[in-house]
Amino acid sequence: MAMRPSHVIRYVLEQYKSYRVPNVTQSLPSWYTKGTNGSLDSWSRCVHGSVALTQKKAERVPLSSERFPQLKRGEFARVTDGDLQVFERLVASRVLTEPGDIEGHNVDWSGTCRGAGQVLLRPKTTEEVSAILRYCNGRRLAAVPQGGNTGLVGGSVPVFDEVIISMSLMDKIISLDEISGVLVCQAGCVVDKINGALEPHGLMTPHILGSKGSCQIGGNISTNAGGLRMLRYGNLHGNVLGVEAVLANGDVLDCLSTLRKDNTGYDLKQLFIGSEGSLGVVTAASVLCPRIPGAISVALLGCDSFAQVLQTYDAAKKMLQEILSAVEFMDRASMEVVQENLQLTCPLGAHRYYLLVETSGSNAAHDEEKLNSLLGHLMEKGMVDDGTVATEPSKVQSLWALRENVAVALRADGCVYKYDVTVPMSRFYDLVVDTRERVGTDATRVVGYGHLGESDIHLNVTCPKHNEDVFDALEPWVYDWVAKCKGSVSAEHGMGILKRDYLYHSNTGPVVLLMKQLKGLMDPKGILNPYKIFPD
Amino acid sequence: MWPIFDYGRFVSIISSSDVYGVVWMRSLAQLHKMANLRVLVGVKRVIDYAVKIRVKPDNSGVVTDGVKHSMNPFCEIAMEEAVRLKEKKLAKEIIAVSCGPAQAQETIRTALAMGADRGIHVEVTGKEYENMTPLHVSKIMAKLAQDQEANLVILGKQSIDGDNNQTGQMTAALLDWPQATFASEVTKENDHLKVVREIDGGLETVKVTLPAVITADLRLNEPRYATLPNIMKAKKKKIAKHKAADFGVDLTPTLEVVGVEDPPVRQAGQKVESTEELVAKLKDSGVV
Repeated sequence: MAMRPSHVIRYVLEQYKSYRVPNVTQSLPSWYTKGTNGSLDSWSRCVHGSVALTQKKAERVPLSSERFPQLKRGEFARVTDGDLQVFERLVASRVLTEPGDIEGHNVDWSGTCRGAGQVLLRPKTTEEVSAILRYCNGRRLAAVPQGGNTGLVGGSVPVFDEVIISMSLMDKIISLDEISGVLVCQAGCVVDKINGALEPHGLMTPHILGSKGSCQIGGNISTNAGGLRMLRYGNLHGNVLGVEAVLANGDVLDCLSTLRKDNTGYDLKQLFIGSEGSLGVVTAASVLCPRIPGAISVALLGCDSFAQVLQTYDAAKKMLQEILSAVEFMDRASMEVVQENLQLTCPLGAHRYYLLVETSGSNAAHDEEKLNSLLGHLMEKGMVDDGTVATEPSKVQSLWALRENVAVALRADGCVYKYDVTVPMSRFYDLVVDTRERVGTDATRVVGYGHLGESDIHLNVTCPKHNEDVFDALEPWVYDWVAKCKGSVSAEHGMGILKRDYLYHSNTGPVVLLMKQLKGLMDPKGILNPYKIFPD
Repeated sequence: MWPIFDYGRFVSIISSSDVYGVVWMRSLAQLHKMANLRVLVGVKRVIDYAVKIRVKPDNSGVVTDGVKHSMNPFCEIAMEEAVRLKEKKLAKEIIAVSCGPAQAQETIRTALAMGADRGIHVEVTGKEYENMTPLHVSKIMAKLAQDQEANLVILGKQSIDGDNNQTGQMTAALLDWPQATFASEVTKENDHLKVVREIDGGLETVKVTLPAVITADLRLNEPRYATLPNIMKAKKKKIAKHKAADFGVDLTPTLEVVGVEDPPVRQAGQKVESTEELVAKLKDSGVV
């Protein structure tokens, strides 16, 4: 990736009005002062195609502080040797300062955001996290809690030189109650490993996502991760029964209940679910885990009109009802990208739209009968042009792989602009059609895929490398399009730093004001994951 | 004695002076043989390869109850090859065979959905099934090949549960047919098959005359998924049920499985800081 040419820097600087110096005497933390609407520059939108970021590659990603010149570093202290000594006292040898050790933690998965964090701390217990935060709060040192670092909006990496608190070593499973299905574990447990530990007991996590091999439950909770099972099992707001979090001042908030029902006062744990580490660092959680289904079947269906897609979805809901566990959507472009870039085979021919319908139940014969009658009905009524069914785990996995790997396959194209939005279901695909028209032949590909069941479409536009024209055509036009139909500008991915400018597209002024007030109450010095979620 | 009536030879005996007649009759005979492959494909129901295998607590075998089964991957490849031969109009009929309990019918249904014309289920249950060996299966396959007048038997090279790699070879021996095992490419040339085999040193090309037995290796083809229209059609295709005794095969076990164990748990490795430390540790453990 070439370094930013000077004419682009000039162009970018010219676009921004001057940033007002914040007034520190205001009741709200200084960095909340409404400055300009300096939107993040175009480089930030481009997800660069690199599967694993080695240190060398990481160094090629420009620093966020350079890329967003209008962003001023908050009034935080800088880490000194004295601070390092204190950290070493608090977490013993688990303080990393070598650039080689830290670089991977300074860059996010998509290779777009790179911070300049100098210190990486790896606590093992809640007490250590509490001590770290108490100290940081006292010294006014900004901190970024980091889980698996698989986020897609730059929310898990520093912007300037924030202290990185990695939760990776907090990976103990504390308890599992087989009868109620409640798992209590530390926040650093990797989702795949949790599932591995639950499997012998016939349980599984209520959510699953493509990054399960790296993402941690604490991060999932902090971002209210959706995933591929949400249609059936609901989202984390419902499945997380308790959260233990450390507040900015080091206080440990113990909401770690394992009770299904507890209406005693305000449900504070909900504050930490989806707040992206800005209200507290999640250190442990109790999660309600459903049983692993005895029988899973997957049907991949090909349709040639979107009306057919909606009819199929409707029929699936009616005829499968309680066994329906996922309805995923892919368009021809997304199927082509996995075929071309990853050499996966699609069992069906070329169709305009593909639907992946999954059923989960306890009785294979019962599910098969329902699924077969649905498929017969779909074929008879012409709602589907072709399809295939799989009940064996190996085939189920290969069919799922077609959907799960679209994001990975897109990276191989080079530069990916990612949008994850919720739109009304009747207009689900319209955004992709309009984008294709708007972007024209400048982009390599415009693909749309996503969770049809939740009306959440992932719009991705790829180019060989960052293309200013394409980017300008896309933003803020995509977000404006979504705002016009009262959708969500970020269905699952959160705001992080990359989407913070569009917070008002899906929230009114008073709503955002209350959010800021809460933040001010819980983190008055603003040390937890600063520069994220809220626009300046 | 002559499994297929040899028109060519017969005509030449009658009128050796009528050269064109002989040539015409011979090529008709060859044409008759060419489009007339009746293919017998063996498909085995095995534990799906994506499932985690668990050994029974008494070490007598692996847990199969309630575990997801599917068609052996190599049998899928064999089935796919048969279907491709039919699509090329080289085969006129494909018969899918499976030996096993009632659930083996699901595997045959999958084969029918892939393109087989009819199925044969040889029912073997319980202890007899657990103790069934490739020799038993080959005897059944050989008898079936003769009864069904098949001239091509395609099997997977091995099953992923037994890993015996014997059934194809034994079937060929019992039938006294030529065999081309580990096939990665099969082409029909006149009245024989040209088969490219995967062997340790690379690839070997052999010519086998028909009838023959082929065993499919991984790179022979990529099996198709059964699509909905074919799945619907398959429901109407017939599966004939038999018992091993119908073929005169005695299923008395010839092998006894003494025990099945998990492989040893992998020991954690140790990280060392220097070569000296490595050597010291190797010496300590008595390895050096």
